[in-house]
Amino acid sequence: MNKPLRRIAIFCGLLVLTLLVRDNWLQYAKADSLASDSKNRRVTIARYSTPRGDIVVDGEPVTGSAKTSKSGLNDLEYKRTYVNGPMWAPVTGYASQAFGANQLENLEDGILTGNDDRLFFRNTLDMITGKQTKGGNVVTTLDAAAQSAAYNGLKKQGAKGAVVALEPSTGKILALASYPSYDPSVFAGNSNDDAEAWKKLQKKYDPDDPMLNRALRETYPPGSTFKVVTASAALENGLYGDADSKTDSPLPWIMPGTSTPLNNEGNIPCKDATMREALRVSCNSVFGKIGADLGQDKMREEAEKFGFNAEQFTPVRSSASVFSKDLNASQTALSSIGQFNTAATPLQMAMVASAIANDGKLMKPYMIDQLQSSNLDQVSKTEPEELSRPLSPKNAQILQSMMETVVKEGTGTNAQIDGVTVGGKTGTAQHGVENSENPYAWFISYAKVGDNSSPVAVAVVIEDENAHRDDISGGGLAAPIAKKVMQAVINAKK
Amino acid sequence: MSSTTNSPTHHTSTIGAIGAPSRRNTELALLVFAVAIPVFAYANVGLAINDQVPSGLLSYGLGLGLLAGVGHLAVRKFAPYADPLLLPLATLLNGLGLVVIWRLDQSKLLQSIKQAGTAAPRQLLYTALGIALFVAVLIFLKDHRVLQRYTYISMVGALFLLLLPLVPGLGQNIYGAKIWISVAGFSIQPGEFAKIVLAIFFAGYLMVKRDALALASRRFMGLYLPRGRDLGPIIVVWMISILILVFETDLGTSLLFFGMFVIMLYVATERTSWIVFGLLMSAAGAVGVASFEPHVQQRVQAWLDPMKEYTLSQQGVIGHSEQAMQALWAFGSGGTLGSGLGQGHSDLIRFAANSDFILATFGEELGLAGIMAILLIYGLIVERGVRTALAARDPFGKLLAIGLSGAFALQVFVVAGGVMGLIPLTGMTMPFLAYGGSSVIANWALVGILIRISDTARRPAPTPASNPDAEMTQVVRPS
Repeated sequence: MNKPLRRIAIFCGLLVLTLLVRDNWLQYAKADSLASDSKNRRVTIARYSTPRGDIVVDGEPVTGSAKTSKSGLNDLEYKRTYVNGPMWAPVTGYASQAFGANQLENLEDGILTGNDDRLFFRNTLDMITGKQTKGGNVVTTLDAAAQSAAYNGLKKQGAKGAVVALEPSTGKILALASYPSYDPSVFAGNSNDDAEAWKKLQKKYDPDDPMLNRALRETYPPGSTFKVVTASAALENGLYGDADSKTDSPLPWIMPGTSTPLNNEGNIPCKDATMREALRVSCNSVFGKIGADLGQDKMREEAEKFGFNAEQFTPVRSSASVFSKDLNASQTALSSIGQFNTAATPLQMAMVASAIANDGKLMKPYMIDQLQSSNLDQVSKTEPEELSRPLSPKNAQILQSMMETVVKEGTGTNAQIDGVTVGGKTGTAQHGVENSENPYAWFISYAKVGDNSSPVAVAVVIEDENAHRDDISGGGLAAPIAKKVMQAVINAKK
Repeated sequence: MSSTTNSPTHHTSTIGAIGAPSRRNTELALLVFAVAIPVFAYANVGLAINDQVPSGLLSYGLGLGLLAGVGHLAVRKFAPYADPLLLPLATLLNGLGLVVIWRLDQSKLLQSIKQAGTAAPRQLLYTALGIALFVAVLIFLKDHRVLQRYTYISMVGALFLLLLPLVPGLGQNIYGAKIWISVAGFSIQPGEFAKIVLAIFFAGYLMVKRDALALASRRFMGLYLPRGRDLGPIIVVWMISILILVFETDLGTSLLFFGMFVIMLYVATERTSWIVFGLLMSAAGAVGVASFEPHVQQRVQAWLDPMKEYTLSQQGVIGHSEQAMQALWAFGSGGTLGSGLGQGHSDLIRFAANSDFILATFGEELGLAGIMAILLIYGLIVERGVRTALAARDPFGKLLAIGLSGAFALQVFVVAGGVMGLIPLTGMTMPFLAYGGSSVIANWALVGILIRISDTARRPAPTPASNPDAEMTQVVRPS
């Protein structure tokens, strides 16, 4: 009987071996993917097991961490708190025990929880010295004064809207506000109150959709502000060499392939107007014709140089702004004055203003200046990066002088600041079927200080469904907010 | 081992045993480690969870030490030549099991759903009962061959135990499997005891019938095919296994009994054809039953796609369980070295975290390293059992030892494989580690019987004249 016994011994050994192999597969080969599976509760537990690192603006944290009551079955030790949550929510995003995280809270979760590989050495040291592991910090590029001016400006208007401010020379995001906003601390925990607060903020229950980040994720028809892109295309493609020679612009101008004239707002002097004049009074006929003359390909090429038709990663993703393909001549004309399918995020229009202010060089917009470990050692720093060159320096300066005329004696006079050169462009974009809904008021601008460098470029958009159509214009509603934001940045520099 | 054939002189198969030292002091030394390791583990859990050495450390250490000491003294007195590894290995597993059960008792989550809280003291009580039964086996079972007399009573007893969970009012249906009975507030798994009783029956039966089963056969395609009428017993056992599967809906128990029978049949007859038949029949049975039994189908679905099963259970669909996926996450999160005792989150498994799924806690907190060590300990127990079978001088002892060891190995495979997602989950428990009175008590009895057989096998060979009984029961066959 011993021969079969030996074989059974081998068989039993094989059973154990099979288990060993399986265990190696499970706990070695597959360990990482199982351990970091987002549905694995341990990921959430780890995220909230130590005080979360902070998101920092101007040296002050705009976030915090609080111990949760460990009563009952709550297995999460800390929860997120926010300083002035609604103002900063478009920057920070949220980190909720129950509902996960988004934006910076999600993208830099590794640094904030302290689990990032780049903090490994620091964590090991903490483990040996017996210190509690703490998350690192995310230092943003934002400017608290500018953000406050932007958010409070929108809040005072009480209308839905967004503001983005950039530093043209680097691409640093200085302000990123969206209104109405939400306070991410109200649903940071995992209690029933948190769930209720979360539910109330969803679009289904709040038609104002406060959790929509309008600065990055909403596209609006840019209206007349898009004319600076069209003017750039005209200069870059040599259609017109300068701002002050007459353009070939009949009035009324009938859109090619149609019998419809492209109308201007009111009785303004647009016939054969110079580009400076056309931009000052915002002539649809002049810029519509420029678009049609250049053709859709050249227009789209210029728009894409400014960042259209691509998502931007700041590193928080923005929606792609749109300049459509396969347009006929009249559609190209309409698209070139920011109507038809053309749509832009507030970030996009701030990028346009910023590239012009930076003598034609578009810098990649970013909002993380550096990542720090918990003891404030720098883990990584973002270096400014050139995205493209939509304009030559000469053409950029021509366009600057045109935009400065708009503010000096055109539709943008509300943005004038004493002792500062401001260039801007207003926009009033129609929307809705047959333009039935209230238009959007736009204003894009930049400011220049003494040495001719520009510290700030801004885009403001306001959608107001309550105001009467005639009351809305970019110059009236949006320009004062842009002015406040620019002033805040300039004052901070002094 | 020295012989490859069943020699008519017993001495050649146990040459190593002649004048062999009793190895009792080796056992004692190993037992010290088997008690010390769980005591350190216990202190570790307390420090990790409450930042202090648990207050029960002294009583726990003394308790486990006392039980191990009693076991050791009983072996020293009543089975002096027994295998020196079995007792320390079983003690180590039992002690580690107690530690992890206590660790899961500290989980607020498990306390809130009444899955833990006071399990460790009860398990200590069960362990004491198990050791008591172990000692009783050594005292009252002077010679394992006595069991041979109870062959057919064992058959009746085993069938009775297996059928108990089906008695209305007595049986309990827990998560679909009907393998428990409830007596005076205690849940008992009769299958754990049936395993041993059935092994006694198979050993007794096969010892008598093995020649008929082995020799009367036709050769066909390189296999010895048994005669039709000799197929009877295997078909009966197969049908019983199928019935268990259908009525108690437990794949594990069914597989365990049938597998044990096939192993013993193969050892008794030395005919490979039985293995082939056994595999074919169990495959046919499993597939056949799975085709109409929804509970078995659901277990297979959960095995094939644990994530889907998890999602369904999170959506509140009745009859689905998150356990399988939670166990996989626990293993994965443990990684190579584990989170450390007391620092994992295996309580997320919730139901049966400290019984059927206890291996997942070991996996998370002790890591790949810990699980490999535990699997190797199980492997060692099995191989010591097989060695006992090899060394045993009588066919009944050989068959009983291999039956018990084989069943032990199959149980470890079926449970560990189920928890690790290698095969569908079944409702059995890891021997010695898992919380559960029946399992601990029955497995201590199993180790007791193995120790008794190994003592008889390793005892210095008696002169033939002094033990005429053994001589008479030998069947001398030409090899």
